[in-house]
Amino acid sequence: MSNSHGTDLNVHAATGDEPVFPLPPHHHRLTDTDPRAAKRAERQIATMFILSALGMVGFVVAYVMVPTTSYLDLGPVGVLQTSNLLLGLTFGTATLLIGVAAIHWAKKLMADEEIIDHRHPVGSTDEDREEALAAFNAGVAESGFAERPLLRRTLIAALALFPIPLIVLLKDMGPLPGDSLRHTIWRKGSRIVIDVSGQPLRPEDMSVGSLVSASPADLNDIQEAEGNQNARAKASIILVRMKPGEIVSEQGEGWSYQGILAFSKICTHVGCPIALYQQRTHHLLCPCHQSTFDLADSGAVVFGPAARRMPQLPITVDNEGYLVAQSDFHEPVGPSFWERP
Amino acid sequence: MSVIVKEVGRALGRADERLPVASGLKKNLRKVFPDHWSFMLGEIALYSFLILLLTGVYLTIFFKPSMTDVVYHGSYQPLVGVPMTEAYSSALGISFDVRGGLLIRQIHHWAALFFMAAMMVHMFRIFFTGAFRKPREFNWIIGGSMILIGLLEGFAGYSLPDDLLSGVGVRIVAGIVESIPIVGTYLLFFIFGGQYPGTDFIPRLYTFHVLLVPGILLASVGLHLVLVFYHKHTQYPGPGRTNENVVGFPLFPVYTAKAGGFFFVVFGVTVLISALVTINPIWAYGPYVPDQVTAGSQPDWYIGFVDGALRAFPSWESQFWGHTWSWNIFLPCVVLPGLMVTALLAYPFIESWVTGDTGEHHLLDRPRNAATRTSLGAMAIAFYGVLVINGANDIIAAAFNLSINQLTWFTRIGIFIIPPLVFLSTHRFCMGLQRRDRELLLHGRESGQILRLPHGEFIEIHTPISDDQKAVILSKRDIAPLAIPAATDQNGVATPGLAGKKIRAKLSGFFFQDNVARPSAAEIEAAHHHAHEVHDHEITELHEAGKQAPSQLTD
Repeated sequence: MSNSHGTDLNVHAATGDEPVFPLPPHHHRLTDTDPRAAKRAERQIATMFILSALGMVGFVVAYVMVPTTSYLDLGPVGVLQTSNLLLGLTFGTATLLIGVAAIHWAKKLMADEEIIDHRHPVGSTDEDREEALAAFNAGVAESGFAERPLLRRTLIAALALFPIPLIVLLKDMGPLPGDSLRHTIWRKGSRIVIDVSGQPLRPEDMSVGSLVSASPADLNDIQEAEGNQNARAKASIILVRMKPGEIVSEQGEGWSYQGILAFSKICTHVGCPIALYQQRTHHLLCPCHQSTFDLADSGAVVFGPAARRMPQLPITVDNEGYLVAQSDFHEPVGPSFWERP
Repeated sequence: MSVIVKEVGRALGRADERLPVASGLKKNLRKVFPDHWSFMLGEIALYSFLILLLTGVYLTIFFKPSMTDVVYHGSYQPLVGVPMTEAYSSALGISFDVRGGLLIRQIHHWAALFFMAAMMVHMFRIFFTGAFRKPREFNWIIGGSMILIGLLEGFAGYSLPDDLLSGVGVRIVAGIVESIPIVGTYLLFFIFGGQYPGTDFIPRLYTFHVLLVPGILLASVGLHLVLVFYHKHTQYPGPGRTNENVVGFPLFPVYTAKAGGFFFVVFGVTVLISALVTINPIWAYGPYVPDQVTAGSQPDWYIGFVDGALRAFPSWESQFWGHTWSWNIFLPCVVLPGLMVTALLAYPFIESWVTGDTGEHHLLDRPRNAATRTSLGAMAIAFYGVLVINGANDIIAAAFNLSINQLTWFTRIGIFIIPPLVFLSTHRFCMGLQRRDRELLLHGRESGQILRLPHGEFIEIHTPISDDQKAVILSKRDIAPLAIPAATDQNGVATPGLAGKKIRAKLSGFFFQDNVARPSAAEIEAAHHHAHEVHDHEITELHEAGKQAPSQLTD
């Protein structure tokens, strides 16, 4: 095809001896030549539309009749809410039928002869470009934008500062971090309680090899007062008990009590709570990204993407014999952050 | 004529007095769209998006985006009396106390998965056929951005119910935000209104999910379609199809019926799947509590590559000047996705710079004919695929009884080895197909008929291929690699920007040097002539042999 548009649409018409293959002749469908086939297709399409309408009625019936509290056991498919199943089957089938019928109509009965449209170069013509440029230049000249540098520069300065209030307004989205990420609610003498029951723990309650999820006794009161779960997100710990001889190293002298060690439950990688514990190897595995910590060896990272050891909480017993914290954690718990020394 | 048609006509007439509807319709009602199954992928994405808008609006009627503590008293017995946020409680309400609520919730979730999947596969189609080339580069950028925005939107929606599974996902995102150098901690406190998790996040995320992002997506979808409409759809090569025409069926009635019908097909199938397959059973996970987690936590599939990268990355962290650089989180979760998206969006410009191709392209490439592009695409998919698979390494380890540590090491090494291997094998594959095309043009198709010549040689008769096939194969365009420029011109003046030009010439060679040239018309003619000659000669020989006495043949 010759190129009359001025712009070269086809830069890489390589050889110049392009063979031309015309559009192949149109083949008639059965429905074009046989009126009975066309009638049959028409009946099929109409049937689908009617079934669709019935399906929509079925949906309303199911909506009115089936309560949300009944369930169906469909064996391998699983247990499904009856209402969900029936509403979905009626509405879904009815909707699908509209689509299938419309496409069937298009394929069987609407004209199927391909038609050809011509393309034109996407860009404007050269005259249009020149006229646009002239209009733009006229506007620039009339505004005096080029001749009045004082106006131009002060305008730019004003516009440059325009977004600043909009950004400054975002400041109150949250308080500044301060040192809040460095502390938890653990204090000297905080009693350690079992997470689920809230019961305080004596050393003899834990057998060797066991793991307990625990928190400070005053956690629930603090959570209630603050109205959020921030304290819990940092203060959760796990207690493990091993034979004192199995402890290779600890993060501080005398931080364990009779082989009971307390570690933060919050992964130092990106903060998932961890409780997958392998009793024999003393390894703690994070279920999110598989960082593995050796609790018998100061909580050191032995595998995975975490870079820092699991912080250990120094513990002892109080005069009633219950496990308590000696102090807060000595390093921030959870994921690393920029200000962390 | 039916009453409906008459009434529509009258209404249009009245409308036209206020807005020139007729001039618009005159031009566009019979606008031609080419037909191919792969053009429906983008339609699936569009229709899924419409389904998301419809079902999403319905969900907002019942969902309460609040982190206020409540005690559950709904129809789902196992959680009665359990403290939870209002968001989770209202999501349970949608699932168990609103008739059809569970269906709409499941349609919404399934449609989100289909939306992301359809956009990606649609992008693969665009990439491998070169549909992103001039004048459609900007539409490629809009499309690529929509995948990124869709990913954020999907994650936001997934997090809103505040169940245990999604809450862990939010915790991980908070950890990722904390890893950003300098501003990370501040960003965390601004996003969450203080420390994690706070009580501001769900309401803020809600506005983001139902207003801000859908608005951006809707505008992008509109612009995307306007450009498709204006540029006219690309078409595959074939008889009668050129770079200067578009061959197909008219918008009205064929495409109105086909595309409109396809909307109902996509909607219907999504509803049927939502009726039969439970997705995201938030009631089974329980409310989010920051110190609980379930083993085998998986994000929705489209987040999988980030999670996979996070799982595989080595434990690098450094301390400079009293500050922590969390490479192990920042690189896989911020830098890597950023680079991937940048490479994706920049690709059309990189390719046109390397190839020096500035022409308009409306006829699609066959992937084999752009072997290097196809191989780069396959390599990118392999890279992405390795990360996605590693995002499920715990599930794979459990299902196949493998060591999670070995699987992680497999990914750490495989991510550097598998994509280049995929590049090389795809390239070989494309070359093989190019050679086959050349053979087909020159010598025709193997007919399976074996002929024994009098002197004992066996030959196979080749039959010429059809014109339709020839039209497809001959659509190939051979582009010569750019010549490596000389350091100085004939006057001894140094070539300006020599280093850049050399790199460009080398990259151009990388793109095109292995290309199997399309035979010229003369070559095809010569080959056919030769074939006929040999063929005729053989037949003559055979005839002559047949005329002779049989005893001579068996001698």
